[in-house]
Formats: sequence, C-alpha cells, structure tokens
Amino acid sequence: MLDADFFHRWMSTTAASVDREAAHLTELDSAIGDADHGSNLQRGFTAVAAALDKEPPQTPGAVLMLAGRQLISTVGGASGPLYGTLLRRTGKELGDAPAVTAEELARALGAGVAAVAQLGGAQAGDKTMLDALLPAVEALGTSFEAGRDAALAGALATVPLQARKGRASYLGERSIGHQDPGATSSALLIDALAETAGAVGGGA
Amino acid sequence: MRMLINVPETVVADGLRGMAAAHPELTVDVENRVVVRRDAPVAGKVALVSGGGSGHEPLHAGFVGPGMLSAACPGEVFTSPVPDQMVRAAAAVDSGAGVLFVVKNYTGDVLNFEMAAELADEEGVRVAQVLVNDDVAVTDSLFTAGRRGTGATLFVEKIAGAAAEEGAPLDRVAALARQVNEASRSFGVALTSVTTPAKGSPTFDLPPGELELGVGIHGEPGRERRPMMTSREIADFAVDAVLEDLRPQGPVIALVNGMGATPLLELYGFNAEVQRVLSERGVVVARTLVGNYVTSLDMAGCSVTLCQVDEELARLWDAPVQTPALRWGR
Repeated sequence: MLDADFFHRWMSTTAASVDREAAHLTELDSAIGDADHGSNLQRGFTAVAAALDKEPPQTPGAVLMLAGRQLISTVGGASGPLYGTLLRRTGKELGDAPAVTAEELARALGAGVAAVAQLGGAQAGDKTMLDALLPAVEALGTSFEAGRDAALAGALATVPLQARKGRASYLGERSIGHQDPGATSSALLIDALAETAGAVGGGA
Repeated sequence: MRMLINVPETVVADGLRGMAAAHPELTVDVENRVVVRRDAPVAGKVALVSGGGSGHEPLHAGFVGPGMLSAACPGEVFTSPVPDQMVRAAAAVDSGAGVLFVVKNYTGDVLNFEMAAELADEEGVRVAQVLVNDDVAVTDSLFTAGRRGTGATLFVEKIAGAAAEEGAPLDRVAALARQVNEASRSFGVALTSVTTPAKGSPTFDLPPGELELGVGIHGEPGRERRPMMTSREIADFAVDAVLEDLRPQGPVIALVNGMGATPLLELYGFNAEVQRVLSERGVVVARTLVGNYVTSLDMAGCSVTLCQVDEELARLWDAPVQTPALRWGR
C-alpha cells in the first residue's frame, strides 16, 4: 500500500529531478516555446517540496491536493494550471484514504489526466504533456516501470509531431523535429513515481 | 549578453520596487505582484484588472491609473501571472460594481484568469472577462491556440477604462471592451530575436539580414521569414495584412508600436510609411499613437494595430487618462 509518506517522497523526488533537468527543459522550450518551462516548474516544485516539508499532510489525497495548489499559486503560464489540476484532481479522486493501492493510484491519475485534457482542450497527438501522460496512465495498470517507459516513449514520440496547442502551435510545421517540453517534464514526473516505488520495494 | 540586472530571479521584483519609487500614485505590492491605483476602490466604479507576463512594459502596470486599469498583475518574464494575484487585485479594487478581467489570448493567461474568475466569484466579486485576440499573423487558428492578443490590449484597456471612469455598469463596460477587440487587428515584425534574462541568449535564431513577418510578442514566429526589407516595404506588408482582415468601413485609430529595441526615430519614420499606405488605401486615420507600449524585452521590430472607431469610441479614446505610460486630457 502507498501511504502519505510515499506520495510525499514522490513529490520530493520530482522536485529534485526538475531541479536537475531545469536547464534542459528550458532549452527544449526555447526551440518551440518561450524558454521558461524549466525555470517555471523549478520554482513550482521547490514551493511544493517546501510546503510538504513544513506541514506534511496525513493522506495521499491531501499530499497531492496541497502540491497541486502550490503549483497553481507559483508556476503561472499554462503549466501552473495544467500540472496543478493534474495533481489536485488525482488527489481528489484518492479521497481521504490513509493508503491506496497502485491500481487505485493509476485510476486516480487517469481521472487527473482527463481533467488536464478537458482544461487544455487538447488530445493525444497535439504535441503536449498528454502525449506522455496518456500512455503512462495506460501502462501504470501493469507496473510502475511500464508506466515510466511509456511516458518516456511518449515524450520522445512528440518529436515528429506538429504542435496544435499552446505557444508552439504558432510555429506550425516548424514545430516538427523538436521534443515537446511539457511531455518531457511529464515523463520526469512519472519517472520520479517509478523511482519512489522502486525504493519502496527495496530495489531500484 | 549584457543586461542591466542583478540576477534573473529578481528581475520582476526589482522592476516593481523601482516602479513604486517612481510612481507614488500607485500602490505596488512587490511581494504579491499586484499594482493598484492608490485611490481604489473607487465608489460605484467598475474596476478593470489585467495582467500577463512581464517583459512587455509598459503593458500592463504602466496603464494603471484614472481612466484606464484599476490594477495589474505582472507575472514572471513572459509567463502569465497566477490566480492568487488576480484574486488579490480584484478584491483590492472592487467597489461592489464588479470587475472586468482583460485577458490576452495565450493559453496560460486564459487558464489562470479563468481560475481566478471562479475564485473571485466564490468570494462574492462579480467578474466579467474580455479576451483580446487581434493578431492577424495567426492565420490558421483552427490548428493553433487561436489568435494572439497584442496591441489591441491597449485600445481595450483605454476605451473600456474611460467608460468605467464615466460610471458605465459592468455589462456595458464589458460589451464596449468586446466591441473594441472585434474592431481591432494587429501585425508584428521582428528584426532581432528577444533575449530573456533566464535564458541569457536569443530565444530564436534570426540571422542578420533577415526579418520575421508576423512575429508574436514573445518572439513566436508568424507567417514567414524574408530578407531584410525597407520601412516602406514593411509598412505595405503589415498594413495590408491588417486591412485584409479588418476591412474598416470608417475611421481608425492607429497604433505604431515598438517592440523595445527600435528607436523612436525609426518608429516615427515607419509611422510615416503606415500613414502613406493607409491614405493610399482610402483609410481615414482619426488618431495615431507612436511609441513603445506593448514590447518584447529587447526585441527590435514593430507592430501596427488598427481599431475602427465610431464617434463614441473616439470620444472614449480622447477621455482623460493618467497612468505612468499613457497620460492626456487632465
């Protein structure tokens, strides 16, 4: 079972990973966006980690709700509301259970991803974070590792796509050939989940 | 890259501290990133709140004051503000007559303002929104996030702000704002890339001797790249792109806007060409504004915005305004 501590560590691991990859995310964003994805998420997840450490919530749902609220309050841009909604909605789906199964997490994350799709009005193939999250949620039903691999593959698969949402959409055909920064950061989030789960099992 | 900054992380806060020192007629909350006209809330008056990424100065904080915005929320550089800022701003300026959010059509701005509108509504503040989307460079808007909001933002904020100052109710102020947006179109041109403080190197690669036609205010590409053109050729291209879409049936207000790094001498020269094309096309120019109003950090280039006006819109445009960046009539 996955408890509040697990979710807390998932968020801390994500924060460390975003910190490490911030320059890379910004570089990807400068190719097809406006060169701030890395620094924006870095600011957001730093705030998430600080808020969770200050007053650790007692349930998985509360951890994700708090994290989501922090992202909405600190990130700005499209990433703030989209990542904030992803975590808040997932947390809401988990309810106030003290611990949840991996299957329950996968199902809740599916609801979170659906909320992101609705908010952004995007679908698979639009060259957005959904291109990593949709396959990840599907594969998480099998295992955390499968989810991580699917997210990464999904992010890489955005390279040949033409963007239809967000600022990259203004590039038209010139967006082709660049990896989507949002899909890349989403893969980091799922990778951090798998890493946290690996630590729980005693191996990585 | 040489910039007049301390560190990239404090660029926005440092700018706001300096703005506060220069403009005692504004209340500047540096920590929460909200700029409010000092006499707000004004009893019985509809409040106007706008905001967006920093780096477009004087937009929006430079337009806060009597006759225009009640408050502005500057985000990080090129990043929309967060809902907390807008809710805080709305609460600070609402007199009970309601608040109009002026939102530029960028995914981030739209999402954050939508969330803010919901939250403000829950706190009992009546909120209406107007979406500004005037950039004709985005042609195939079915396959993009839609037309971007650029120069027309100034027209919307000025004209709706004047109506609010006269005591018009929220519905009327919102309707006027939408009317101005519908009547306005813009086209922008970049001669150099923009450099954000966080990245420190040019956002896009524009070789010397080329220009980007239809650029957005964050350096988003537009229609095409071409070898460098003369001011005359650029004015022909830009004005025709606007007129192809707007087809004005009456007089227009023209905004010839600098992107930040183009000198006024060049902007005035460009304006001469813009006036020439408009005259050749039989378009009557009722008013003209030339200067850096909706900028893109250090980008060289310019944009043209035209707004078709009737007598009432022209009268509201002429109404007194007293803000750091726009000031006349009082």
